[in-house]
Amino acid sequence: MSGQDDSLALPDGSRQIVLQSEPQLLGRELIYSFCHSGITIVSAIAVVSLILAAVLAPWIAPHDPFDLRQLNLLDSHAPPAWLKGGDARFLLGTDDQGRDILSAILYGLRLSLTIGALAAALAAFVGVILGLIAGYSRGKLDSFIMRVADVQLTFPAILIALLIDGTVRAINTEFIGEQRALWVLVLAISLSYWVQYARVVRVATIVEAQKDYVLAARLIGIRPPVILFTHVLPNVIGPAMVILTINLAFAIILEATLSFLGVGLPPTQPSLGTLIRVGNNFLFSGEWWMAVFPSIVLAALVVAVNVIGDWLRDALNPKLR
Amino acid sequence: MPTFIIRRLLQSLLVMLVVSLIAFALFRFVGDPVHQMVGLETGIEERARIRWELGLNDPVIVQFARFAWNALHLSFGNSYQFKKPVIELITERFPATIELSVVSALLAITLGIPMGVYAAIHRSSWLSALFLILSLVGVSLPIFVLGILLILVFSVTLGWLPSFGRGDVVDLGYWATGLLTTSGLKAIVLPATTLALFQMALIVRLVRAEMSEILRSDYIKFARARGLRPATVYFGHALRNALLPVITITGLQFGSIIAFAIVTETVFQWPGMGLLFLKAVQNADIPIMSAYLLLVSLIFVSINFAVDMLYAAVDPRIRIDVRTG
Repeated sequence: MSGQDDSLALPDGSRQIVLQSEPQLLGRELIYSFCHSGITIVSAIAVVSLILAAVLAPWIAPHDPFDLRQLNLLDSHAPPAWLKGGDARFLLGTDDQGRDILSAILYGLRLSLTIGALAAALAAFVGVILGLIAGYSRGKLDSFIMRVADVQLTFPAILIALLIDGTVRAINTEFIGEQRALWVLVLAISLSYWVQYARVVRVATIVEAQKDYVLAARLIGIRPPVILFTHVLPNVIGPAMVILTINLAFAIILEATLSFLGVGLPPTQPSLGTLIRVGNNFLFSGEWWMAVFPSIVLAALVVAVNVIGDWLRDALNPKLR
Repeated sequence: MPTFIIRRLLQSLLVMLVVSLIAFALFRFVGDPVHQMVGLETGIEERARIRWELGLNDPVIVQFARFAWNALHLSFGNSYQFKKPVIELITERFPATIELSVVSALLAITLGIPMGVYAAIHRSSWLSALFLILSLVGVSLPIFVLGILLILVFSVTLGWLPSFGRGDVVDLGYWATGLLTTSGLKAIVLPATTLALFQMALIVRLVRAEMSEILRSDYIKFARARGLRPATVYFGHALRNALLPVITITGLQFGSIIAFAIVTETVFQWPGMGLLFLKAVQNADIPIMSAYLLLVSLIFVSINFAVDMLYAAVDPRIRIDVRTG
């Protein structure tokens, strides 16, 4: 991957410029541009309400979809409440086991958000640390880390995640428990996305490392880890945060995709992707609600997160200001 | 230029070496190959004999050399699930995936570039807003959700297009194409659209961003000041420069089209390599996984190499290769 300059090519093709600006000024500008972008405000409200709905799921969900005592097969395959044959107890209908779709979505949203956030955070953690080390050490370690990143960048994230997942499955031939399935997903997704952080942070670190304060710190004998984590890190974390927002959307999509493909969360512990996978089986019998409602929630979540990511990127891009 | 080509070639070979190491490690160390090949009633001695025959007692480096040699001769062993040579399974399905990917890529480019150019030139028109919303949805909507929605509308409700399979195929010797029959063409519409939308959305956003940046640059202002016609300015000067990154990204994205084909093929039960790979992942069928990995990497690496060459041919600055890292 030669021929690339020091700006980062994001997966959507736009480039992330390494930012340098006065922090306070930036904050005020951010608030200003936020208040003047209607679609961003709407998206922020949407994201906050979806997060709230996910957090409060055990209290606001009309049924507990995991409580087998509440399930009744007689309730299964019920259409949404407003349609003919609908049941007022089940606003968005029920699935093949009589689970309330609305409740399943709320709990599924919880899992999707948890896995997405954990994976994005882990990817950021790994990527930022490797980027700091690569950018500060230069030399052999740097080339090694960046070569690994280059090789990995050749491959789409979904392929890497599938490979990791498949490998873990092959090693654990016995049934993968629900708890473990979650961590396999988090690991697979985060290992697919660390490269972008590493590249951005590395470039920013190279810039920072040549500044006087770092030279001064080195001169008075502060150890490199301390310099890196207490002095350099706060100055390079900004761009990584923008990527985190955008990657959160990607992580949520990737989790949903893996679950849809049947290598993610099992139907007993369904995320939005698993719900859509299950619902897909009933599409042809005309029971569209099982797949469509989780799809709408998933799409709304990702669109809203993406809008916020776009806004943040544009607002922080010096070329567009 | 020759140095540049050689360096890139060496890099590509390095990537392939790393990938084949991973594929080998998968093949050799994940699960027990002998265990997968024999039945429950096979005795320990029999197992030991197979182990010896397969050369699993040789030094690892010898085994890797043998694996690489076999891979160069397209021999990847037998699939655990199908008990058939992996290469047969893959060559059967290869044309389906390539046809789907190429049709999607063409669809994405021919629709995406004009939409992006339009959105950059007419920034405040309602059509641009529509294109941007479409591209936002395209980037955000998971590929399988789009597939399901299309099936629901066009197959289940309207009944216009088939929702699964490839339709009738014509066998052209090594290549079975679905693009020459009506049912084949009908069958490819939905999967290709599904696969194309994400790439199209990327291209729209990219072309628009590049065009808007270029339209603000000095040489465009001067071209306008010189009194050139808008069409000449837009297409003769601006688009030409905007297309450079588009070529790169689109080229590189072809790899992810093949990867995303895994999802599309699952939704539409398209009989391609992606579906085969997914079944392999679900059933821990390591020979198929490692063969697919090698084959797909070869495609990715070749595309990357070709794109870099193309880029270098168009933009002389690259040839010096100023890698500050």
